[in-house]
Amino acid sequence: MWTLLQIELYKIFRRPRTYIAFAAITALIAIIQLGLKVDGKSYMEFVMADLNRSFSIEGNLLNGYFVCYVLLNLLLVHVPLLISLIAADMISGEANMGTLRLLLTKPVSRTEFILAKFIAASIYTLILLVWLAVLSLFVSMALFGTDDMFVMKNYYAVQISEDDVFWRYVGAFGFAALAMITVAALGFFLSLFAENSIGPIVTTMSVIVVATILSTMSIPLFEAIKPYLFTTHIVTWKEFFDEKVDVNNEVIKGTLQNPQRIINSVVVLCVHIVGFVAASIWIFKKKDVLS
Amino acid sequence: MHEIIRVTGLTKKFKDLTAVNDLSFSVKQGDVYGFLGQNGAGKSTTIRMLLTLIAPSAGTIELFGKKLQGNKHEILSQVGAVIEKPDVYKYLSAYDNLRLFAKLSGKKIGPAQLMEQLETVGLASRAKDKVKTFSQGMKQRLGIAIALVHDPKMIILDEPTNGLDPHGIADIRNLILRLSRERNKTILVSSHLLTEIEQIATRVLIIDKGKKLVEGTAEELFDPAQTVVELSTLDNAAAARQLAGSQWAIMLQPQREGRVVLKLDRKSIPDLHRYLVQHNVDVLSLQPRHSLEDYFLQLTSGNQHVDAFTD
Amino acid sequence: MKHIYRFTLILIAAFGLQLTSHGQDVMPLIKKVKAKLDKVNDYTATGTMKTDVVFIKAPIGKVTIYYKKPNKFKLKKESGISVLPKGGVTVTMNNILSSKDFVAINAGKEMVGSFMTTKVKLVPTNDSSEIVLSTLYIDETDEVIRKAITTTKENGTYEIEMSYGKYLSYGLPDKLTFSFNAKDYKLPKGITMEFGDEDKPKKEELKNKKGKVEITYSAYTINKGVADSVFKN
Repeated sequence: MWTLLQIELYKIFRRPRTYIAFAAITALIAIIQLGLKVDGKSYMEFVMADLNRSFSIEGNLLNGYFVCYVLLNLLLVHVPLLISLIAADMISGEANMGTLRLLLTKPVSRTEFILAKFIAASIYTLILLVWLAVLSLFVSMALFGTDDMFVMKNYYAVQISEDDVFWRYVGAFGFAALAMITVAALGFFLSLFAENSIGPIVTTMSVIVVATILSTMSIPLFEAIKPYLFTTHIVTWKEFFDEKVDVNNEVIKGTLQNPQRIINSVVVLCVHIVGFVAASIWIFKKKDVLS
Repeated sequence: MHEIIRVTGLTKKFKDLTAVNDLSFSVKQGDVYGFLGQNGAGKSTTIRMLLTLIAPSAGTIELFGKKLQGNKHEILSQVGAVIEKPDVYKYLSAYDNLRLFAKLSGKKIGPAQLMEQLETVGLASRAKDKVKTFSQGMKQRLGIAIALVHDPKMIILDEPTNGLDPHGIADIRNLILRLSRERNKTILVSSHLLTEIEQIATRVLIIDKGKKLVEGTAEELFDPAQTVVELSTLDNAAAARQLAGSQWAIMLQPQREGRVVLKLDRKSIPDLHRYLVQHNVDVLSLQPRHSLEDYFLQLTSGNQHVDAFTD
Repeated sequence: MKHIYRFTLILIAAFGLQLTSHGQDVMPLIKKVKAKLDKVNDYTATGTMKTDVVFIKAPIGKVTIYYKKPNKFKLKKESGISVLPKGGVTVTMNNILSSKDFVAINAGKEMVGSFMTTKVKLVPTNDSSEIVLSTLYIDETDEVIRKAITTTKENGTYEIEMSYGKYLSYGLPDKLTFSFNAKDYKLPKGITMEFGDEDKPKKEELKNKKGKVEITYSAYTINKGVADSVFKN
């Protein structure tokens, strides 16, 4: 199993395609950071316009923590597309290259083979997120400094003390990792059914796009299925940036407004992951390799 | 000599298509087992079933005296295979590909052994080059290196000469002979070309539409005493009548497309010729074939590969 | 980064002291309050500030407040972001004092908490004044202002309540509550990228749009001198 995993990781990180996602994330983050660095003031005015009518908000609003929040909002919608580039290629790509049949004539169990491949795809996802975290959080902290974090929600704003932010990002990135591994599991599952990688990649992307639309549209017809769509839960990382208040409307440091919501999402995502991986193993064990 | 492969009643159905139909055969240790059939005859499906890539619909496969099902790891670690085109990771070098697959075979194989293996297939000088720069023949040789790297007892080669030039085909043929004679490997090699098989095989199996057509040793199938002659004359019917009333009658076979067919010892052909001339039969052609070639020609008559079997 | 605020409304009471002659009956009381406040030339105070607005979840912040006669005032937050009602910044001492003409009217007695106070209405005589009307609730026994309500043209009505303790003799409060009407808050989903509707507040919550800023003073350092440089931005 360990040998298989090593081999899978070796293959992933020797492929040029692997680095497309890293390059894309780097470029996107750099562009947004540059934009905010140069023109952050007018961006903040735009975002804060409503509050600024009644309030005078001062301090380093556009700090590294806030920039990271903006970046995650913009990027976590698109990172799934980058992840599907690799995950949806894990099996189909080998089938396409013709290496799948050669691999499976070696004395390896198909279950271990699938698990090793899935774990490798997950590790790739994690490394991508670590890279995302380094750029979006640490580089932003270096570029924009740190201060309290001011998060605007639809119906209220939350101010989080500077010393209460970091652990929330640890939680948010941890959650994002789980969400992205769910995407990887979906792509991986779909990659079983094709002998070229384009099909599963496009299918994965389409599923994500359609499910995201269903998750974001407030149409009664879709409300019933919403809680079961993994895309509904991908955005739950934001719950880490909401605090409880006491009776005096005073923030209680180190609290989460809706910890149950996070737990629910974690459960839904885990169920998806286990489901996709189990289905992958079940199907692959019976699959005739004709490629 | 004990059996390395024993296949009994092997059947594979894909929806409506029966790709392999109740196939039984066995391969003994030291055999170079030629597996002949047209494209689509079921060779590849059979080979994939031997290698656990495809699950049989019915029948049993035993390798090294053990059921394949349930002993997959133990069996596959003693088998090396090249299936159709030898596809490897194009973005990796020949050496890295070999190392990767060697690791999967479960045996510890050092860098020196890997290089030695590349040496035997003549790729040592290109070891560090990415495979995407390789010609088809080089990829084929790398595929064989991968099949051999863990020193398996049995080697399965599925159409190893596909896409190769005559020089490459000769290379592969010599390699197979060397592996058999010098390293005592049991080899199963499939092809749709008789010429390839007849030069190397010790036993031959011909299948068509998933069914066994004939199986036997090369001695039996290439036996000169079993030569088939196809006779073409100006009046085939008259010629047949003439022969039926003569000492040649017992050698007569059913006619094919009007032509007279006889089965006889190769040494008797001049006598037959003389007899026909003496009895004023106007002979257009007299074509002798050994029985295997004859089988295969029947199989492939009207097929594009027919020219490959004529002398 | 330290941020500096002109949270000068605390001294809104001071404009009463600038009055000239209207409302004779309350003038002696106003003068007494002024006299008490006049004992303080400057101070530096430390304390905490809390913003209490229904749609803002904010933590308590530590603040330092500087004052120097006659009208220099500065509030510094030690760290972090501060959210203050807009009026608190725009209604500065200067624009109040620029028009000196007010009419002071005795509006009777009224209880503020457990204290009996005299209600004094101040009406500016100058039309250009930002302030439309101010009502002061003066405690005659302790000679301090307990409460002030100010209506401005631009920023609505503010209410200030002060409670006194150790520094009563200087007329300096221990706690000051600044109440104001907060405007609606709603951001389009496109900006917040929040797509769930679960966080929608209840209707009654939205109606209660009164916001508060509370400053609790823990210690004053009085008349020890404050450098002018502190008040520069």
